[in-house]
Amino acid sequence: MARQEDGIVLDVRHLTVHFDTYAGQVEAVRDISFELHEGETLALVGESGCGKSVTCRSIMGLLARNARVAEGEILFEGQDLLKLSNRAMREIRGGKIAMIFQDPMTSLDPTMKVGKQVAEAVRLHRKVTKGEAKKRAIELLDLVGIENAEKRYDSFPHEFSGGQRQRIVIAIALACDPKILIADEPTTALDVTMQAQILDLMKDIQKRTGASVIFITHDLGVVANVADRVAVMYAGRIIEIGQADEVFYDPRHPYTWGLLASMPTLHTDDELLYAIPGTPPTLISPPPGDAFAPRNPYALEADRLMDPPLFEVTPTHFAATWLLDPRAPKMDPPENILKRRTEYQVRLSERSAAL
Amino acid sequence: MVLTLFIIASVTFFLMDALPGTPYNNQDRLTESQLEMLNKKYGFDKPLFERYVNYLVSIVHGDFGISLQFSDQPVSTLLSQRMGPSIQLGLQAVIFGTLVGVFLGVIAAMHQNRFLDVFCSLFAITGRSVPNFVVAVLLQSLFAVTLKLLPIGLWDEGFRSSILPSLTLSISPMAESCRFIRTEMVEVLSSDYIELARAKGMSEIRIAFSHGLRNALIPLITVLGPMTVSLMTGSLVVENIFAVPGIGEQFTKSILSNDYYTIMAVTILFSAMLVVVIFLTDILYQLIDPRVRVEGKKHGTE
Repeated sequence: MARQEDGIVLDVRHLTVHFDTYAGQVEAVRDISFELHEGETLALVGESGCGKSVTCRSIMGLLARNARVAEGEILFEGQDLLKLSNRAMREIRGGKIAMIFQDPMTSLDPTMKVGKQVAEAVRLHRKVTKGEAKKRAIELLDLVGIENAEKRYDSFPHEFSGGQRQRIVIAIALACDPKILIADEPTTALDVTMQAQILDLMKDIQKRTGASVIFITHDLGVVANVADRVAVMYAGRIIEIGQADEVFYDPRHPYTWGLLASMPTLHTDDELLYAIPGTPPTLISPPPGDAFAPRNPYALEADRLMDPPLFEVTPTHFAATWLLDPRAPKMDPPENILKRRTEYQVRLSERSAAL
Repeated sequence: MVLTLFIIASVTFFLMDALPGTPYNNQDRLTESQLEMLNKKYGFDKPLFERYVNYLVSIVHGDFGISLQFSDQPVSTLLSQRMGPSIQLGLQAVIFGTLVGVFLGVIAAMHQNRFLDVFCSLFAITGRSVPNFVVAVLLQSLFAVTLKLLPIGLWDEGFRSSILPSLTLSISPMAESCRFIRTEMVEVLSSDYIELARAKGMSEIRIAFSHGLRNALIPLITVLGPMTVSLMTGSLVVENIFAVPGIGEQFTKSILSNDYYTIMAVTILFSAMLVVVIFLTDILYQLIDPRVRVEGKKHGTE
């Protein structure tokens, strides 16, 4: 669990990113702010195109050429990453902030020995000899669970399975003991048993290195497994953010309700899973108000007219919906969410009883 | 390989028999008996199939017959004198052209849709569309006539005389590989592993040369092989302009004069070179792309 008193490693403030396209200006990320605490795992959740990847790419400084950071700052170790020169950013990228990519089948250079690809990452940020880099690379491969690391150093990517390749990608990310690890859907391209192994590996590594992790995913099952805190994104905004338990058991935004309802649980008896009606809005001149309002059966008139601010639910839990305004009419969330709430209350009291 | 060559030799042999005319350049003035005598001398009086078998047998023994055109010189001597300059020019052109072309292509890809890219593409298109003889004459007038740096032609100053013709010939592989590498590189540079290299904190130039180029080269090798052969087998135009005693010129002359044995020999020679180059290409593939390497020992879990 993240503790409030922990140091803040990364502070994203009012980040706004636009893409220039032929169709017009796409507002991919709209004024999002969040903090990343030391040693915690923050999950960024949301459907495709909600801006979660763009957010992370802004942090890495790896935005596409037609992207433009219109506003905001990303504070890391006292400096604004968005203002750094290319050269200074290269030092941070792969050194202090590293990234794990989605598809392990394509994220390794097919023509280069895997060991060399790991060693290369070491040598880019540390003044070490080739031999030392190789030693370190073998250690890393061993750490991520590649058997016979010394022998496999000379193998090429096509000689590994998807899961093993993802382990190698993780080894590359860990090369320089990063402070922040950004994982962009690292398990999406893997089959389920592999997913579990990779998630375990990531948790293990986080425990050992104390790195903070930003975990991008659209898989709520994965989130429940790894996250300390969860930020739910919709149409370029963070619409709800809080401790994992708070978001899972006491969600406040109707979009989060919808997401949770569309996730199968052991209690789901119905054959049919809930699906949120409609599609997300296009982000070329998005509508005013809560972008989710048109798909939201609980939407208030205010949600359609004015951007809701993030209302505080608890000191760690915020949601952007006018439903939380004291002037809003009382409205009951759907039944399954109420069920979650009661479960949560039970768990909380059990926990305090255990203490 | 041998089978390929055999088929090519056979097809050429029968095609050539279908060529109109005879190898004798003053046929009109020859009497019946003279013709008969000549035909007998060269063995043309025998039936087609018998000549074919005889020819194949003699090829296997390394005898390519004698030239009908040049005072009965053996074809092998004739060709070996002519091959040297052509191969030298071709190789120099391919090596220089590809190196420069690949470099320009990489630069273009790294500056996609910006000034340098447009410049390189323009160069590539110009290079492909301007005919050889125009380039040749331009180079001659610039380096030989105006600057007087290099000989204008002839093959009597060793390497110095090979520079201008090689440059001329190198334009086409240069343009071709520039265009090719650019396309490939643009694709490679947007791939996931390049993104990972960026995330490692590598600079764009290092990425392009250590991760990009190797992957972009793979398809280029395929076109490079045949290109090398076609350049090594000489170019009539360039060899004529620079007065280089090469094989391209020889080949054309022998076709015009129905010099059967020379045509056969040159065709077989060209085919043999092509076959060898394609074989070399496969080896090169293995060097560059580990995925096509023949695995001696099997490991891995795939």
